[in-house]
Amino acid sequence: MTTTSVKSPATRKRLVSGLIFLVISLYFLIPLGATFYWSLRGEKDVLGFEAYRKLFADTNFLPAFSESIINAVATIFLSLLIVVPTAYWVTLRLPKLRPIVEFITLLPFVIPAIVLVFGIIRLYSRPPLLLTATYDSSRVLLICVYVALSFPYMFRSVDNGLRAIDVRTLTEAAQSLGANWGTILFKVIFPNLRVALLSGALLTFAIVIGELTIALYMAQHTLGPYMANLTRSKVYEPSAMAIVAFAITWAAMGIIDFVARGSSKRMVDTE
Amino acid sequence: MKPKIANSQSVNSTVGGAKRPPRISIGHCLGVLPFFVFSGLFLIGPTLILAYRSLEGAEGGLTLNNYRQLVNDTVMSAYAISIKVSLTTAILGGLIGFLIAWVVSMGGLPPRFRLITTTFSGVAANFAGVPLASAYVFTLGRVGLVTALFKFLGVDLYKSGFSLYSFLGLTLVYLYFQIPLMVLTILPALDGLKREWREAAENLGATPIQYWSQVALPVLTPSILGTMILLFGNSFGAHATAYALTGGLFNLATLLIGQQISGDVLHNPGLGYAVAMGMVIIMAFSIFIYSILQRRSERWLK
Repeated sequence: MTTTSVKSPATRKRLVSGLIFLVISLYFLIPLGATFYWSLRGEKDVLGFEAYRKLFADTNFLPAFSESIINAVATIFLSLLIVVPTAYWVTLRLPKLRPIVEFITLLPFVIPAIVLVFGIIRLYSRPPLLLTATYDSSRVLLICVYVALSFPYMFRSVDNGLRAIDVRTLTEAAQSLGANWGTILFKVIFPNLRVALLSGALLTFAIVIGELTIALYMAQHTLGPYMANLTRSKVYEPSAMAIVAFAITWAAMGIIDFVARGSSKRMVDTE
Repeated sequence: MKPKIANSQSVNSTVGGAKRPPRISIGHCLGVLPFFVFSGLFLIGPTLILAYRSLEGAEGGLTLNNYRQLVNDTVMSAYAISIKVSLTTAILGGLIGFLIAWVVSMGGLPPRFRLITTTFSGVAANFAGVPLASAYVFTLGRVGLVTALFKFLGVDLYKSGFSLYSFLGLTLVYLYFQIPLMVLTILPALDGLKREWREAAENLGATPIQYWSQVALPVLTPSILGTMILLFGNSFGAHATAYALTGGLFNLATLLIGQQISGDVLHNPGLGYAVAMGMVIIMAFSIFIYSILQRRSERWLK
């Protein structure tokens, strides 16, 4: 092989790798490019941001968007409040519970969203657990379901974070200085887990913000159902919407990467 | 009823687990209690009620009748298409994802490529749903940019039998989140291949093909298979993307359940519950196999 080729095997390998990378990149970039192109075509015969302007001017867009943001933020806070103590206690005090907790965090992958919402509707649409009677009570229920769905991501992030710091020593140091459990959790553990909490939170945000299946069947006016409706009723706005959604996901994931890299660099520096 | 049972169980196990370590009070168990309450009320309870209803006969009493009725044309073809799409995208997504992971980790490209790939994969793996479906409509839909490009080149995709709203179209769309998931889960496994193994193989006179077929691939096989099963589940349970793409009218297991929720399309509520539980059983089975394979691969790659 090498006798006929002028190039060294390493160069050839790099060439083949580059070619594979290019072809697969095209598969991923063309849909984004095409969508972006359509999103600029909102005005006849000119390229411009008319589709985006119309999208943001749509009277239903901002309410749906802000409702989804509030839902996501509420989900993140509740989830953190539940998962951080759980991961902490499981690491420190109740290691026997770890297999059970890990099993439960697998459940959101086992129960498809469409099945879960089916069960939610059957369980909470009649007394004694009537929670779907009004829009607001359904909304609370939706947030609670999102919290349960965020457990895998949150638990894994927090658990990884706890493994990276020496929880036991930190806790004992705080205890010997007279701190109570609340102080330990909020002033010692939370600050040391910043990066882990942030990545769990942003991942949850990315998933909840445009969630369709559960919100749709619970008749919630959030971003997911709004987007689905938009694709059926408008021509150019859905492309602008898809680009905005992509940018949001990109921002969430980009911040996770950025913060994670920053923290690992700091750790190396202090070592 | 059901979640209460689930909760009391979890409370018991909390207390039971707490007895062992010495300095533990009920107060400490409060830390884990909300987790079990939420899981019980919003994950386990809803599933248990579906399981119970699926076993309930039309005139009360427990029966397997609903499960026997799963063997009818509508349900079976929905399951069949779901399984076909999931198998295809799991295998293709697995192979292509593995190829990219290999290219960026040991293909001799600058490290920047790997960084771009992992960040983009994180985004694309979470980009499923309505926006993804829209993006494909604008690309390969009837007036999509690529469709137009083909027409310009003299090929009418839709007249030659292609449709975005078909098995092929759905497969193309699903690969957009399947490939990145493969990349993200298989990269750590590739990193786990030890340099010494390769050097040892080379010192013993192995060719690259021999090294891959007799050392690297056998070590990686559990990870690759396991991740493909994960991809299978990821596609099998997917609802939002297919709903947005087809308006919920394609014959897919998740879409069938959606139609059953909106209005009893199967004309038999019990059957609807059985269809839903059938999905859970298939998902549970694949996740179970996945975790076994994952444990096996950890033996070598840690």
